[in-house]
Amino acid sequence: MMEKVGVKTLDDLYAQIPESIRFRGDYQIPSEMSEMEVRDVFEKLGSQNNQLTCFAGYGVYDHYTPSVIPSLVQRSEFLTSYTPYQAEISQGTLHYIFEYQSMMAELTGMDISNASMYDGTTATAEAMMMAVAAGKKVNKVLVSETLNGDIRKVLDTYALHQGIELETIGEKGGETDVEDLKTKLAAGGVAGVIVQQPNACGIVEDFTGFADACHDNKALLIINSVAADLAVLKTPGEWGADIAVGDGQSLGIPMQFGGPYVGYMCCTEKLIRKMPGRIVGMTKDSRDQRAFVLTLQAREQHIRRQKATSNICSNQSLMALFVTIYMSLMGKQGLKEAAQLSYAGAHYLCDKLLATGQFSLVYDKPFFNEFLVRYDGDIDRLFSVYLMNGILPGVKMSDGSLLIAVTEKRTKEEIDRFVEALPLVNGLH
Amino acid sequence: MNSKLYGSLIFELSHEGRRGYSLPKNNFGDYEIPASMQRAEEAQLPECDELTVVRHYTNLSTNNFGVDTGFYPLGSCTMKYNPKINEEMAALPQFQDLHPKQPVSTVKGALALVTLLEKSLCELTGLAHFTFKPYAGAHGELTGLMTIDNYHRSHGDLQRKKVIVPDSAHGTNPASAAVCGLEIIEVKSDSNGQVDFEDLERLVAQEGPYIAAMMMTNPNTLGLFETRIPEIARLIHDCGGLMYYDGANLNPMLGACRPGDMGFDVMHINLHKTFSTPHGGGGPGSGPVGVREGLQDFFPVVSPYHGNFAVMMRAYAYILSLGREEVKLVGPLATLNANYIKESLKDVYELPIDTTCCHEFVFDGLKDKSTGVTTMDVAKRLLDYGYHAPTIYFPLLFHESLMIEPTENESKETLDGFIAVMRQIAEEAKANPDEVKSAPHLTPIGRVDDVLAAKHPVTTYRQLKAEA
Repeated sequence: MMEKVGVKTLDDLYAQIPESIRFRGDYQIPSEMSEMEVRDVFEKLGSQNNQLTCFAGYGVYDHYTPSVIPSLVQRSEFLTSYTPYQAEISQGTLHYIFEYQSMMAELTGMDISNASMYDGTTATAEAMMMAVAAGKKVNKVLVSETLNGDIRKVLDTYALHQGIELETIGEKGGETDVEDLKTKLAAGGVAGVIVQQPNACGIVEDFTGFADACHDNKALLIINSVAADLAVLKTPGEWGADIAVGDGQSLGIPMQFGGPYVGYMCCTEKLIRKMPGRIVGMTKDSRDQRAFVLTLQAREQHIRRQKATSNICSNQSLMALFVTIYMSLMGKQGLKEAAQLSYAGAHYLCDKLLATGQFSLVYDKPFFNEFLVRYDGDIDRLFSVYLMNGILPGVKMSDGSLLIAVTEKRTKEEIDRFVEALPLVNGLH
Repeated sequence: MNSKLYGSLIFELSHEGRRGYSLPKNNFGDYEIPASMQRAEEAQLPECDELTVVRHYTNLSTNNFGVDTGFYPLGSCTMKYNPKINEEMAALPQFQDLHPKQPVSTVKGALALVTLLEKSLCELTGLAHFTFKPYAGAHGELTGLMTIDNYHRSHGDLQRKKVIVPDSAHGTNPASAAVCGLEIIEVKSDSNGQVDFEDLERLVAQEGPYIAAMMMTNPNTLGLFETRIPEIARLIHDCGGLMYYDGANLNPMLGACRPGDMGFDVMHINLHKTFSTPHGGGGPGSGPVGVREGLQDFFPVVSPYHGNFAVMMRAYAYILSLGREEVKLVGPLATLNANYIKESLKDVYELPIDTTCCHEFVFDGLKDKSTGVTTMDVAKRLLDYGYHAPTIYFPLLFHESLMIEPTENESKETLDGFIAVMRQIAEEAKANPDEVKSAPHLTPIGRVDDVLAAKHPVTTYRQLKAEA
């Protein structure tokens, strides 16, 4: 091979690189390892983590993953392929993306969906930019104070660099203050409004009148939701949203310390050409068969470069496949049943905790499977005692309140143990 | 399609009342979701039994082509082998079951892994710190540019909003700059396919105080090493700008040259390219951003946690498997493979710039243009022979670009097989051009009608049914 190429050593292949910047030393990384040694390193690191019974949420939920999914997603024809540029040998990927788009549109009650995005936070940022791009010389976006703080931080980042002005809509009793929303819309210059359902505290808000208020002021309504909850909750489409975004992690994707997850973005048909990301559409092939293909690519970076609707290059394909298989298995009934179990478990736990007299709800508002409570004892002590007992009791908020989430994966025994562990905290006093 | 049945959509296999799931009984008592909260119209999701779902997706997979299926010389995408051990490590329950908001004391192993991976990447790139928040390459570009923008803002250099990008750059470069609120200035390529240094000097003289950064891939998208990189870096630094390295083409540099030593200040790495994490049909990737000492304070918050953690685990398993000995061979072997293909085909395919390339190179279509057989036709004919097509019609510098990247994993036998088929197609183009122009013939479907899809978009099953 070297003879064909006309070099005597591998080093000659780099003759064009100036010697002053050639790397000649040894990289200071570990020496090569066998599979067994690699396994050993990971298992040792793994043993330094604690696997806990999870009652934490705040955007990431511990749902059950049916065995079918990992086994199918690991099929190497899916796993080791890339973006379906060559449609003739990528119908597997193109098919499931079309199914994914169809299912997400059903779940959100919207007309169309793109092929998926990185996660729910960046999908929300993309929706914010989409609203500004769709508007006419307006660059203000209103964000409810009840939006998850992690999402807000990502919005702040994108807005700073895009020159988008973010203004906060105040909260009232744990919900978006509709009067404040109307006042701020009336002030003008608003391209979009971002609210969340269920909101950061798990409360199911009433968005009646939101869409009209937005549309009267030529602003787009963007609703961020936990995907799985939409199997039963009133949908963004039914609330009159223009864009629906959020994270699909709740559709069976393991928490895996933060990722990969999958962001979804759906919108009304009117906005399809403003939508960022890949889209798969139906067509025919030269043999007159139904086929699927990447479409509307004139919106995208590889064609439009700096004028593209977004810099996003790919989707989150394998995770889109993951949730597509989840929704295929669970189907119409299973998703609803899982949501009902989560709802029931959360309300059962909430009632038990309130009955101890040591907890109170921060807001007495309808919630879904996550609720915010105040513990009248030492919350830090509660946390450490629970962790010692293998329970992650929730997410501790900055004001010391505790956000507790329950999914269909939490059994009655586990929930009862949550309540039974309480005396252990007091016992330490 | 491999059969009529399995060309169906899952919706078309649905039957009312079928179940593919099992859930525990609800023994929590009487907690009904209030009707006022509930959606009025049911989501029309499929209802299928488990076996139907398994067969459907198994059969869909057989209509796909992956690295495990065959040679995948897709230029610029570094389609290397994805070792199976990495998949197993990423699925370990001790990591997979961790909530990202667990207290630090309960995730010591996971955090240690992040630190170990960061140290390795710093060593391999010559930079000082990495953030793992970016989820993909394009997200990394955006993060890197935001870091640069934050840096200039901190100095009150608010006018530095221009980014120099070569005309051969990946499309994401200008798009990322635009999302970051920056303006693009394109610098031309010279006849050797490298940045035109005189044109760059002119731009710097003209725009100096407004330049935020210069973005480059090195080797560039033609697979050519930008030999004047030390001078370019000096020129940009002298005018107050920073150098951004697009890590898309980092693979051939392993064992040869580090971006930090070339003079770059900020870079992203596509872990799904150079560090062998699976492309997954188009994601999830991971695009960690590295910087020189001092710039880490300007990292933006572009995602909430540690990025695509399970992807990072795979990359670390790959680094451990190679170790300091083998990692040095990655670049040279990838480069040797690319040059071997180039030298073996340049008599029948047009090589616009005849010089030693790095991990990839670009042909400008067939040498003999009289047959009317285009790069698109060659690409489609390759599918018939069981190969994935190279990247086509990119970079935009040539009309018939055919960009080939073999990676270091491929054996001489695989390369020889590919070379023979490429020569065979060149022969066919002369002897029987229609056979090539109407390819592919042996794939599950023939060429698709892109225009129909775009003119009348049908993107959901609901729309599809309404059409019928």
